[in-house]
Amino acid sequence: MALATFKGGIHPPDKKELSKEKIISTTKPPKRVVIPLVQHIGAPCKLSVSVGQEVKKGEAIGTPEGFVSAPVHSSVSGKVIAIGEFPLATGRMVTSVVIENDGKEEWASLKDNPDYMKLSPDELKGKVKDAGIVGMGGAAFPAHVKLSPPKEKPVDVVILNGAECEPYLTADYRLMLERPQDVVEGLKILMRILGVNKGFIGIENNKPDAVEAMKKAASGEGNIQICALEVKYPQGAEKMLIRATVGREVPPRGLPMDVGVVVQNIGTAVAIYEAARYGKPLIERIVTVTGEGIKEPKNLMVKIGTLVSDLIEECGGLKSEVAKVVSGGPMMGFAMYSLDVPVTKGTSGVLVLPEEGVIHAEDFGPCIRCGRCIDICPMGLMPSMLSVLSERGFYEETKDYNLFDCFECGSCTYVCPSKRPIVQLIRLAKSLVKP
Amino acid sequence: MAEIKKEHQLIVSVSPHIKSEETTSRIMWSVTASLLPATIMGAYFFGPRAIFTVAISIIAAVLSEYIFQKALNRKIAVSDGSAVLTGLLLGMNLPPSVPFYIPIIGSFVAIIITKQLFGGLGFNVFNPALIGRAFLLISFPKLMTIWKEPTAAFVHLDAKTTATPLGILKEEGVAKLMEVFGDKINLYTQLFVGHRAGSIGETSAIALLIGAAFLLYRGYISWHIPASFLGTAAVIAWIFGGLSGKGGALFAGDPIVHLLSGGMLLGAFFMATDYVTCPSVKKGQILFGIGCGFLTMLIRLKGGYPEGVMFAILIINCFSPLIDRGFKTRVFGAIKETKAKEIKK
Ligand code: SF4
Ligand code: SF4
Repeated sequence: MALATFKGGIHPPDKKELSKEKIISTTKPPKRVVIPLVQHIGAPCKLSVSVGQEVKKGEAIGTPEGFVSAPVHSSVSGKVIAIGEFPLATGRMVTSVVIENDGKEEWASLKDNPDYMKLSPDELKGKVKDAGIVGMGGAAFPAHVKLSPPKEKPVDVVILNGAECEPYLTADYRLMLERPQDVVEGLKILMRILGVNKGFIGIENNKPDAVEAMKKAASGEGNIQICALEVKYPQGAEKMLIRATVGREVPPRGLPMDVGVVVQNIGTAVAIYEAARYGKPLIERIVTVTGEGIKEPKNLMVKIGTLVSDLIEECGGLKSEVAKVVSGGPMMGFAMYSLDVPVTKGTSGVLVLPEEGVIHAEDFGPCIRCGRCIDICPMGLMPSMLSVLSERGFYEETKDYNLFDCFECGSCTYVCPSKRPIVQLIRLAKSLVKP
Repeated sequence: MAEIKKEHQLIVSVSPHIKSEETTSRIMWSVTASLLPATIMGAYFFGPRAIFTVAISIIAAVLSEYIFQKALNRKIAVSDGSAVLTGLLLGMNLPPSVPFYIPIIGSFVAIIITKQLFGGLGFNVFNPALIGRAFLLISFPKLMTIWKEPTAAFVHLDAKTTATPLGILKEEGVAKLMEVFGDKINLYTQLFVGHRAGSIGETSAIALLIGAAFLLYRGYISWHIPASFLGTAAVIAWIFGGLSGKGGALFAGDPIVHLLSGGMLLGAFFMATDYVTCPSVKKGQILFGIGCGFLTMLIRLKGGYPEGVMFAILIINCFSPLIDRGFKTRVFGAIKETKAKEIKK
């Protein structure tokens, strides 16, 4: 049987072998953490601590303002030593709380409630919201917002995204192997919150052991189905994943809920399970530290706010010829200016790339109209036209070629034989015209 | 805060951070390589003079590109291989016996006028090598239509001149063609191997097909244009090809002769598929191929020239931008054709 998939897409070398065998290990406790008050899409949190204050692990240090927002909690117990503007991996400066770790790991509150499935959907949703859970695949959209679809958009399917289609990254893969039961529990909670009885877990077929592990864990659950997906980037993009698993196409500029679907990431599902069962806020996550430029690739359980430089040290340090350090995967991640930036809720990986393989932006040629980008664009766009129009300053015209339907997956730039910075040109156009 | 590791100067650039190994120059050099079998066959049949003509053509093309870019202070892009490819294609499209200045003029027109003056690689509307050849055909009609007999050896330097199979077909009909080649089997065999009069690189079908197979296998060209081009031409040749001459009838043409002669294979696999001048959308490429096949046969059967591939491709080149606009790809999710399927339990 042909594997489920979508039209277009690319096959970059997956490089997962660097870290896929590495069992998730916990980093040594950081001396201090830097916790930004914006780690999600939406309104920043309101600061709720002051310098000098003692905080416990799991205590809220920022409270949400507005519906599309999520609280932020301390990932250590200790003392707030500074509050100020610190950079994120993207280079953006945001208000952050620096906490010195006293090493006592004292929890604010944590109690086991094995009967969490008896809670009402609203109570469960409240737990997700209070735990500050956001999409952990990278976009960091507050989870409870996705779990509150408007009345006119009935949702009948929840899909867990286990595609992990970005090369190098193995965090979700390790979670599925090591904690498949928790993933399934997370999905069941999601289904209960949304009142849905169809759950899917989509996994790229280059992880047959993860498919097996999940199938086993879900064997008793009649309404959960594990879908093996074709190995192809960007299989894990929401729209492509929905197309592949349930055959529905989200309309242009639409949301998954427009076709009755909510998608959450594997890591998010586990966080939701922990929130529902233990009331544990999202204060740690799994980060794949990998790439040819790191001495010892690892999958690490990391406290939010740990600095990337600490993670790199934990992994034996950088090799000398390092050229680029990326937060996230190689296709959509951000290149970092500095290693002194904190891990946030959306940090799925830290990728260290050596000099070779890094293409310098200035070495690009003209579009030779080879059509490769058109053939592979998962959104059915014409990246060649978008890039040429933007390059020549015809920004308004890019809208005729559906500029705003591009979700910057990078596939076009990957395949272009002329090495054209297509995504960069598309972003430029997006920043200069109104949708 | 930890010390910033100063010894590592990090590169910051926009995603994606990895790129495929495919490059423009790798594509150009691969296409050039795929044309070598046919070039070698040309050299075998038409002797050193053919090699000389092709070499001059390539050198002139590269020099034109270099001098132009140097003079305008542009980035020298000779190493991307596109000028070599243009020169090679032009040389392959010339009769073996042309004087040395013919490929020089042709390459100049191809590179400077057709390509660079339009903005360089990627911006030209017409296939440069074909414009070069068209210019030569119009300016030097005599020189461009003297065809040498393929001698299949280097001894007969003064090979006799003769007519191409298409020329015979046009002027004297099928009967004469049979008379020249003996029987049908022999005709097909000679065309297949390339033992016939014609342009240097167009005669050997087998050599061209080997090169084409390589390009298809490597994904440098797709089937859309060659298949629609050749398919259309074959159907028209079959239906109308037998009409001319006395006692002509519909559905009596010989598509094989038409496909194997003239520049049909060279054109369909290597010239019509030129990225820059063909449509980039696959569906549009099929229309483009059909147009090329149709016009080629129209010229061959009804036009003033025995061969129509060159003009057909050039004319359809004009429509490429239009075709691309008309065949814009469907944006994901745009049409509700995939109605939410009932989910299997
Ligand atoms: S145009 Fe946008 S959506 Fe299409 S391949 Fe490029 S980055 Fe991806
Ligand atoms: S892949 Fe690059 S060269 Fe090819 S059509 Fe797209 S932008 Fe142009």
